[in-house]
This record gives sequence, C-alpha cells and structure tokens, in this order.
Amino acid sequence: MWGSQSWLQPAFQLAYLMTMYNFMPSGDDYIRFLPEIIMSVMGTFFMVLEGILGDKKEGKGLIFGHLTLATLLAALLACMYANGFPGNAFTGMLIIDGYGTFFRVLVIGVGMLAVLSSYQYLKREHAEAGEYHALILFSIVGQCVMVTANELIMVFIGLEVSSIATYVLAGYLRDDKRNNEAALKYFLLGSFATAFLLYGIAWIYGASGSTRLDTIQAFLANRDVAHNMALIGTAAALMFVGFAFKVSAAPFQIWAPDVYQGAPAPVTAFMSAGPKAAAFAVFVRVFMTAFGPIVDRWEPFVWSSALLTMVIGNFAALMQSNIKRLLAYSSIAHAGYVMVAIAAHNQIGVSAVMFYLAAYALMNIGAFAVVAHFSRQGEKYVNVEDLAGLGWKQPVTAALFAIFLLSFIGVPLTGGFFGKFYIFKAALDANLIWLSVLGLLNSAVAAYYYLRILVVMYMQEPGESMASLQPLSTGISVTLWASALGTLILGIYPAAILTFARSSSAFLK
Amino acid sequence: MTFNSVPLSWYLMLSAILFVLGIAGFLYRRNVITVFMSIELMLNAVNLSFVTFSYQLKQVDGHIFSFFVMVVAAAEAAVGLAIILTVFKNRQSLRIDDVSSMKY
Repeated sequence: MWGSQSWLQPAFQLAYLMTMYNFMPSGDDYIRFLPEIIMSVMGTFFMVLEGILGDKKEGKGLIFGHLTLATLLAALLACMYANGFPGNAFTGMLIIDGYGTFFRVLVIGVGMLAVLSSYQYLKREHAEAGEYHALILFSIVGQCVMVTANELIMVFIGLEVSSIATYVLAGYLRDDKRNNEAALKYFLLGSFATAFLLYGIAWIYGASGSTRLDTIQAFLANRDVAHNMALIGTAAALMFVGFAFKVSAAPFQIWAPDVYQGAPAPVTAFMSAGPKAAAFAVFVRVFMTAFGPIVDRWEPFVWSSALLTMVIGNFAALMQSNIKRLLAYSSIAHAGYVMVAIAAHNQIGVSAVMFYLAAYALMNIGAFAVVAHFSRQGEKYVNVEDLAGLGWKQPVTAALFAIFLLSFIGVPLTGGFFGKFYIFKAALDANLIWLSVLGLLNSAVAAYYYLRILVVMYMQEPGESMASLQPLSTGISVTLWASALGTLILGIYPAAILTFARSSSAFLK
Repeated sequence: MTFNSVPLSWYLMLSAILFVLGIAGFLYRRNVITVFMSIELMLNAVNLSFVTFSYQLKQVDGHIFSFFVMVVAAAEAAVGLAIILTVFKNRQSLRIDDVSSMKY
C-alpha cells in the first residue's frame, strides 16, 4: 500500500539500494566507532559547558579535568568492547583489528596521563578552561580514526582532526611568545606536510583507481604495474614525505625542537607521545599493506631516513642546554629507532614498533611531566643546570625521573631495553646488519646526554632554582608513578604486551 | 569541438606546476600570510589532480575527496589565521625571520 504512493518511491528505492549495497551502517558499525562517538560528543559538550560556566574561576579546572578523565575512561572501555567486533566498519572506511585497538588504547592512555599532568600547570598559568580539554579529546578522536583507518580519506581526515587540535594546543597560552611561535611553526610545517601527503594520495588514486588500502595492495600485487612505476613511486615518495614530517623523521625533523620547546610542557608531553604514535601506526599500516608489494622500492629510503634520524637526533641532543629541547632531540632519535623496525618490514618489526611506541610513550610522558612540575610559572627553569641537586631536594621526583632516563638509554629492567632489543632483533632478522650496528653505536652516544642529567641531579649542589620548588602535586605524581610503573612492567614482564602485539601484527598477511 | 580537446595530461601538468609554485612560495617568501597562501595553493593543486583523475577513471571518489580537502582546508585556514593573529599581537610583525626566539 505504501509502495503505491509515487512520492515515496525515491525514498524506498534509496533505502533498498542502501541495504542492498550495505551502505546502511549496521549497529555493529556504531559499536566499532563508539570510542570516537563518546569523545566527540563530550568534547562538544565541554565547549557548551565552558560557555555556561563562564568566568567562574575556582574549581573549573577540576570539573573539566575530572570529566575528561571519565570520558577517556569510558572511551577506553568502549575500545575494549569494540575489539570484540572485529572487521570493517562503514563499508570498509575503518577497520577494527588488534592493531587498531592496541594504538587506540595507547593514545587514550596517553591522553589520560597528559590530562593528569596538566591540572596543576593550568592552574599555575591561570589558564583553566574547557577548550583545553575539548581540544585534547578532539585530538584523540583524530588519532583513533587514524589508527583504525582502512581508507586514505580516513587517514587524511584523522590526521587533520588530530593535527588541527594539536596546533591550537601548542599555542594554548596565547599571550606567551614562545607558545605563539611553536603554534605557528607547527601549523605551517604541518600543513605543508599534509599537502605532500595529499598529493601522494592523489597520484596513487590516479594509478590504482581506489583509495582503499586493500584494493591498492591488490592492484600493486596482482597486475603487471611496471609500466607506471614512475607514477606509483612518486606517490609513495610523496606520502613518505608527509608521514616522515608527522613522525619527525629526518630530513623532515626541523620543526620538532622548536615546537616541543615552545609549547606548554603538558602539551609537549601529549603531542610527543600520542600524535606521534598514531602517525607511526598509520605510516606502518599504509606502507605495509597498500605499498607492501613494492617494499623493495621504499625500503632503502626508510633505511637512510632511519640512520639520518638517529644520528641527527643524538648528536644534536649532545649540545642542548634546554631540557625541553634536549628531550625533543631525544624524541627525534627515538623516532629513528622505530624507523629501523619499519625498515625491517617483517612481522617482528611491526610488533617491535608497537612495543617500542608503548614504552616510548610512557617514558616520554613521564619525563615531560617532570619538566612540567619543575619549570614553575612561566616555565622559568627549563635548563639542565637548574636541575642541580634535585636528587637531594626531592628524592622521589628525581628517582622517578631517573627511571625514565634509564629507560631512554635502554638499561635492562626498563621498557626501553626490551623495545630496543626487539627492534634490533627484527633488523637483524631482516639482514639489516649495518643499520643495527650503527643504531647500537647511536644509543651508546645517547647514553652520554641522559647520564649528564643524572649527574646534574645527584652530584651537584642545589642552586637557587631549588628554593621555590613546590612539592609534587597529586596529578603529576599519579602521572609519574603510573608511567614509571608501566615502564618497569614493560621491562620486567614484556610478554604481556608482546604477545598481543605479535598476534595483532598478523594484519600484514 | 568537444570538451576533450584539452588532453587530461595537461591538467596534471598544470597541477604539478601549481604544486611546485606552492613549494617555492613556502620556501622563499618571508611573509607569514604569503607562506600560508602558498600552502593553500598546494592544496588546490592537489584538488585539481583529484578531479582530473576522477574524470579519467569515470568515478566520483576523487570528486568526493576534493570536497573533503576543501572542508579541511577551510578549517585549517580558520585555525591558521587565528594563530597568525596572536603572533602579530605579540610581536607586531609578520616576517618569518622575526619569529625565531628559540635557539639553543
């Protein structure tokens, strides 16, 4: 009876077509996308709530902080739940697999630690506002989309949602000159990199006729594509440039030191861990699946970029006196180690990338949280020399910082040790002997500048910078203890994470 | 006289030239706004490529992608101009060389 009404005909046809071709999102699709839904809704709600609360100063930081933590916790649980519904969502735009879940949990965890370490910081700088927390949530949404993307459109959208929110966060204290400068540099170079990535996507789309990773993979694997290798090679190279910018791999690392130094310390903690891990995740997924069949063409580029990144990061870090800048160069060097595992392009390599990024995220957040605690209002004390005597003045803070530094070096019993171990094991399995040797020599160089911080902390007399140091705030001490505990667990009992990483890196086949 | 009288490869060449001009502008211009415009030029060059490929492949995927690029470029412009404005407020200058307080 309803069908006979002609004005309804198009609607029926559309509904029929949508179900026929599976365009209609099913209930499972929404479950798979639930973490992103929760965070986007709450992020938007925060913007409204900020307007309602207005200039009410006291307690605003606490309200938004706690709400953000609750949201992230809910999103974390949703991720675990969504992992029970593996497969494609929204007609193959997203793919929920172990690999995606691993990185989703990682970036949400990073977000929680970053929020915990910013309570006191925001209060100190008189900048408690809902935007900060909303932007952190939006950035995490972008990262979650990136790591589950199965389509170059989603890769691009995820990357941009994450990046645009992070550009604003980098310049969050808008009257601070260093914040402005960091935001401007991050924005200009980040958009520049995005343009390269997009141009690469356009070319691979032109060559293969699709933007889906699995279709591109099938295209490159099955047909005789030698005749348009120039086109495909250019596409892969352009996309490599875009991703290398985002993960701060040489020769595209120039933005990282300035941005990490200029941004507020908790934001630096966040963006040197979360967006970087997500960028690596999507880099690995695109190059291992879509460009997997032409691995012998891109491997030399990743090889040389890995070496260059490690050398530039470590040798530049030797000369730094500003601790944020030192940690920035150290994070470039660590990106180099991860690139070594990508150059190995095998399954052990992928699980090594996952393990290393988890360990790196924990120790990096911890180290920057110490900086956030130590720097005082306006980030006055950010030189290595200012840390003199911290070991005597605040033994707990110094001891936790020491754990992160030892993990950076790769001392046994820390996550950093097993991370490096698996990376170089993967490289040796792939016969990258020279790269492994040079990488290990590099980590010996790195030991020097990390140990210098330890020496300053424990073997020098406390200077005037110690006089105004407050005791650890609750938020920062929870961050520090959680990251230190995580670092140690990864170092003593790596099997827990590694088994999961091994099983989920099977997406390669 | 058909619409196909201009070969598709010419569009791709035009897109490549625009993209390279964007890179050159990004690298050699010293005004922040001009640098930002160069980035927009690069994004539009990419859009031209997408639309060309889409036409050649007789698909709509590329057209849709170029819409996404436009939306994101608009969002980026909003954030970018806001950042440029705060920089100008703090420094009273839009020269790239003046925005370099951070050296080790």
